Amino acid sequence: MSFLALEGLQKTYGDGTHAVRGIDLSVERGELIVLLGPSGCGKTTTLRMIAGLELATGGSIRLDGNDVTRLRPSRRDVGMVFQFYALYPHLTVRENIGFPLRAAAVAASEIRSRVDAVAARMDLVKLLESYPKQLSGGDQQKVSLARAIVRRPAVYLMDEPLGTLDADQRLAMRELIRAEQLASKVTTIYVTHDQEEAMSLADRIVVMEGGRIRQVGTPAEVYDRPADLFVATFVGSPGMNFIRGEVAGGSDHSMFVSQAGRISIDIPRPARLGLATLGIRCEHVYEDPAGSIVGSVLTEEYLGNASNVHVETEVGRLIVRATGASRRTRGSEMRLRLDPGQISVFDAATEQRL
Amino acid sequence: MSTRALVGASGEADDVADLASGASPATTAAPFLSIRGLSKRLGRTQALLGIDMEAHADELLVVLGPTGAGKTTLLRTIAGLEQPDTGSIMMAGHDVTRSDPAERDVALVFQNFSLYPRWTVRRNLEFPLRAPGRNIPEAEIQRRIGWAAELLKMSRFLDREASRLSGGEMQRVAIGRAIVRRPRLFLMDEPLTNLDAKLREALRVELVELRRELKTPMVFVTHDQAEALSMADRIVVLSEGRILQTGTPREIYERPASPVVALQLGQPAINLLRVRRVEGDWVAADATPLMPADVAGPNDRLLGIRPEDIEPQGPATQSERAGRPSEAVVKVVEYIGPTTTLLCEWAGTHVHIVIPRRGTIRPGDRIRPRINAARAVLFDVDPDPSRGGFT
Repeated sequence: MSFLALEGLQKTYGDGTHAVRGIDLSVERGELIVLLGPSGCGKTTTLRMIAGLELATGGSIRLDGNDVTRLRPSRRDVGMVFQFYALYPHLTVRENIGFPLRAAAVAASEIRSRVDAVAARMDLVKLLESYPKQLSGGDQQKVSLARAIVRRPAVYLMDEPLGTLDADQRLAMRELIRAEQLASKVTTIYVTHDQEEAMSLADRIVVMEGGRIRQVGTPAEVYDRPADLFVATFVGSPGMNFIRGEVAGGSDHSMFVSQAGRISIDIPRPARLGLATLGIRCEHVYEDPAGSIVGSVLTEEYLGNASNVHVETEVGRLIVRATGASRRTRGSEMRLRLDPGQISVFDAATEQRL
Repeated sequence: MSTRALVGASGEADDVADLASGASPATTAAPFLSIRGLSKRLGRTQALLGIDMEAHADELLVVLGPTGAGKTTLLRTIAGLEQPDTGSIMMAGHDVTRSDPAERDVALVFQNFSLYPRWTVRRNLEFPLRAPGRNIPEAEIQRRIGWAAELLKMSRFLDREASRLSGGEMQRVAIGRAIVRRPRLFLMDEPLTNLDAKLREALRVELVELRRELKTPMVFVTHDQAEALSMADRIVVLSEGRILQTGTPREIYERPASPVVALQLGQPAINLLRVRRVEGDWVAADATPLMPADVAGPNDRLLGIRPEDIEPQGPATQSERAGRPSEAVVKVVEYIGPTTTLLCEWAGTHVHIVIPRRGTIRPGDRIRPRINAARAVLFDVDPDPSRGGFT
């Protein structure tokens, strides 16, 4: 039986807004699960229901075998982390880390031993008696993470904790969270709208939209085999390229043919015939002088270590991942080839993966 | 929820965003905007010091810098909302240093959308065109709004109240309000910063394409290096009121003038290692050999190497065959789609390596990193402080 189980979880507000429309999710002990989706998808409401800050209007939440659906937050043994706040400058590292425990009126000896434990794990022992301003930026971040997790609840609940940090700090903090979570093995539910953050942190990602779960899977599954067009668009930077067309063929063999028949690609497994959309990641579209797709360069987004080249083709706009070294002039011709082993095909009507 | 709070949040911005004038765009030889020796103190802070920069007639110039670098002050000075202490600002060949904002005919777009929340999108767009003294015929007003609505894909919500729009839609309207005026110069102050990651990505491309279509110069201020690299024709790197480097995104990414500049571009950040020349190799502080050293120059340097320019597993080097192995331990593996980032302990420090796609490398693995020496940058250990000293 799973450690944390959501069954048919719902939240409908008084004004009739359906924030969460029935969610089923099983989380194993020690897993880091990321709830990912755009604003208004229901991810934060779901987290707040697990925390007990919102009451579910339907369904149940089980934690470590107990039904906690109706329990008060303080009786659920969950730790909510909203943001990695700045440290208190007038307090030592030890006092900063112990602050949440002192606020919860934990005995001094207990605070001491718990701070020592987390400091030892995170290699902060030497800094315990220092003040924040004496620390490097990286060590300050470690201390703020240590402070956030010094309580050892059954589950950490993190609501966009990196939202206020700048890009460099976010990256460093991501690495710290991942390393610390692997070491402490505390089950963690983490909410973000940033797909890169989700990919880099999660054991499994739960993609949400419109109060529903669209897909649950490892970062690789969600990225490589998106369950529907929404996931294919939302996950990845940029999202998948799409080409409209149809699936044709017989019972043992099928192929995707684009509108106007410009390209046709064999599909490894037979798929249902009919109107369809082909999806392919930008890194699986190659420039190839013999390629069958002809287009002209619209714009190039230089990213330093790579470039995204936007190409207007006969089958629509495609984004191609190129090395940072390439230089494209606007309007120049480009011939492209798709990697047939890396295509996804979606039903045009249901938008579901075939 | 945050977007709702932001509607009209900056009331003072409304008079600022509309720096209208009837002046028609002058056509002159490039550069359109030319700034010389600009300095400005704000209270006790030297906000800008000796700024020299140019924006060409059909150019998107990005000013990149962290909070407090002076970006917004620079933009406000160009707009005429601040007076410089010294220096000059020329637009289209005319000195506008002492001109009031309206005479300059520039449009500002802010991070906070500053729309009238109870007005429809259409009324928000019409507002700058109906400003007293503009006397634009009604047919022309409607024509421009139709044009902007199509360009910015706003047609389907033209008659919706601004407070009911999503963040991305609001920012489109704010941009629309700037373009219907047909200003001579766009000034953008972090216009994408408050948007969701996904939306930022899409609007980045839209803005670049829009500006190209309008052929109007734009000065775009941001602290986001990805925005700077992907959008700019040229980047001005600003730090503590001074320009550290000006160049194309590639020039600045590949040949940063100083470690401070190098650290501002690239994600994850460039690896910087103190190195010393020992028997034809650059070696790290703990004596790990890193790459072959050239013959000339100082013996102590700071080596900058981008994470994508280190291969995780290279062949044995001379030093290794001579019995000096150079192993790294993988601490963290971050898979983010097209690439994977490794955080490694190597050469007595932490080093990031970016590899294409997903590897088989796991935390705890031992690897033998190899630096692509052709891509490495060597900095002086104690460079000229005016270019951004590094300690």
